[in-house]
Amino acid sequence: MKLLENSTYTVLKGNHAVSVGAKLARVEVISAYPITPQTTIVELLSEMVASGELRARFITVESEHSAMAGCIGASLAGARAFTATSAQGLALMHEMLHWAAGARAPIVMANVNRAMAPPWSIWTEQTDSLSQRDTGWMQIYNESNQEALDSVILAYKVAEQVRVPAMIVLDAFILSHTSEPVEVYPQEVVDAYLPPYENPNALNLEHPHAIGSLADPNVYMEFRYKLQKAHEEALRVFKEEGQRFKEYFGRAYDTLEAFYLDDADYVLVTAGSMTSTAKYTVAQLREKGEKVGILKIRLFRPFPFEDVRNALRGRKKVAVIDRNISFGHSGIFYSEIKSALYRDSGAPPVFGYIAGLGGRDVRPNDIVEIYEDLKQREEPAEPILWKGVRV
Amino acid sequence: MAMRLALKGLGNRVMATIPACCWTIIDGAWPNHALKIPLMHTAFETAAIAASGIRAALDVKGEEDVTVMAWAGDGGTFDIGLQALSGAAERNENIIYVTYDNEAYMNTGIQRSSATPYGAWTTTTPVKHPESRPKKNIMEIMAAHRIPYAATATIAFPDDFVRKFRKAKDIVGMRFFHILSPCPPGWKIPSDMSVKVARMAVETKVFPLYEIEDGERVTINYWPEGRPVRDYLMMQGRFKHLTDEQIEHIQQFVDHQWKRLVHLHELTHGSLPEEAQATLTSR
Ligand SMILES: Cc1ncc(C[n+]2csc(CCOP(=O)(O)OP(=O)(O)O)c2C)c(N)n1
Ligand SMILES: [Mg+2]
Repeated sequence: MKLLENSTYTVLKGNHAVSVGAKLARVEVISAYPITPQTTIVELLSEMVASGELRARFITVESEHSAMAGCIGASLAGARAFTATSAQGLALMHEMLHWAAGARAPIVMANVNRAMAPPWSIWTEQTDSLSQRDTGWMQIYNESNQEALDSVILAYKVAEQVRVPAMIVLDAFILSHTSEPVEVYPQEVVDAYLPPYENPNALNLEHPHAIGSLADPNVYMEFRYKLQKAHEEALRVFKEEGQRFKEYFGRAYDTLEAFYLDDADYVLVTAGSMTSTAKYTVAQLREKGEKVGILKIRLFRPFPFEDVRNALRGRKKVAVIDRNISFGHSGIFYSEIKSALYRDSGAPPVFGYIAGLGGRDVRPNDIVEIYEDLKQREEPAEPILWKGVRV
Repeated sequence: MAMRLALKGLGNRVMATIPACCWTIIDGAWPNHALKIPLMHTAFETAAIAASGIRAALDVKGEEDVTVMAWAGDGGTFDIGLQALSGAAERNENIIYVTYDNEAYMNTGIQRSSATPYGAWTTTTPVKHPESRPKKNIMEIMAAHRIPYAATATIAFPDDFVRKFRKAKDIVGMRFFHILSPCPPGWKIPSDMSVKVARMAVETKVFPLYEIEDGERVTINYWPEGRPVRDYLMMQGRFKHLTDEQIEHIQQFVDHQWKRLVHLHELTHGSLPEEAQATLTSR
């Protein structure tokens, strides 16, 4: 689109890229509470509201639980609502995450991945967001600051069509506090892509109805069926809007991203910023003739079963690198990927590596070692192959 | 009934939110909806912030004239919802927050809350160990936030009730109502006694009718003839185990609280009406 000529490249930290994305999406109500490393997202938004640059109400709530409850009230009363949080804050919201999805409030929230306490940590890990996986939220994992900005806009676009809330996820510090050049689109282009929020089911004085009333066993299940159907629809809409995104902004997005995948025998599956390290490493391995590629998971909920199957079918071996853990089980992406491949003829053996918990660096050398380990590994292996743990 | 009086005072441009409580059921199961206003059910501890969220949305959409009301039980207000309520009060959110206080968690089957008064039976304060602490003073807590308006009311005084809601409607900022709402099964009273019991709570000064403006100016709206608290307590099965000593303890507590309130009224208005003196001496 011609208008894009007016785009500006700005050096932005990941958090500020999210704030700018929210501003471009013209969010109307922000209800938020501080927590490291999220805080600077809402600080910048608060400044934008104060200066009049963004026409919105900012509610300085007393907790994350209220941050989400405030967003739900605003969203169901017809305003585009936004918040951001991390780790303890996200966990405190848990009840209201179910509520937002159950009430079909298309809120968008940024979660900056941070490891859960105790012991206290402010560094990155995906267990916080992944442990909210069954709340009915969409989850979009981001690798770069540009992706984070774009995901805010895309998330509203999808969420409001299917009336399902969406969480966009980025790594603590590695993205949140690291500056990168980010293309900031002209407002007119964003407006053309993302129309104002309208919720036909919003609270309405002319047609008073009740939202969220008691549903007995005769009707409750149908509400849940509809939410699941909305997620299935969201998958289709996400793919469609991800392509349309390119017409407006020059970048296309899909549920997954492939890197050197076409002819790869060995595949590393990653999500979030670790993907960039993996890409750098894989490019080097390719130069040495290694047939290795990367499958990056962008959309975790709704889960892109079909895309995952198609991407992995016929490979020799797959290593899923998880910066998260479900205790007593395994890495979470690992178990999800395996479930997608179950009984698919041509499904490769999948190995689960856990690395980088609590923000421990995952360096190119670690990726090389995982790859070397993968090549020589035979099935069956333990469900968790630890990488870099000092025991 | 309290809801009917409230809406009578507020008119029909009202949106409401209700957390988990008996009213979750009273409005009707899906798809029924008894109230004639838009209603959003919300989680137990979120009435004040849910209302604030609705308010924020209406404000950005330019619908400032719509009144937003949160309607919550005592548990949802004095206990689990206090944090969000304090936040909304401190921010002076432009909402009306009503707690209908039946002095226990009734929805879950009569468990004590911090609004349960001294001496009362509930299923978690059985007769052998009845409630040992006085009721939390929610009006003082709200006044401490220096909100523009806080008032008590009961269905036994409908004119006072409606007048206060009309008044509140035209005030901008956080408005708080504490409504004493007898619950027949929870208080072990016959249902046709609800209004009489509520009236007796006021007449015995157990539940005075008053307003606090800007957190400081106190006005007593009704000067009861002053009857012994025993008359109120003995109407209700939940107090029937009380000893004379315990009743005397309650009487002294109520007298003391009333004196404090009268003093605050006098501080506010510079003098006391004639009928006040009698209330300080008689029992
Ligand atoms: C987080 C949470 N904890 C507990 C409950 C269960 N619960 C629902 S209603 C209720 C009691 C409500 O008491 P109150 O606010 O006094 O209202 P009432 O039922 O007396 O009208 C409880 C404990 C809940 N819904 N949510
Ligand atoms: Mg109660």
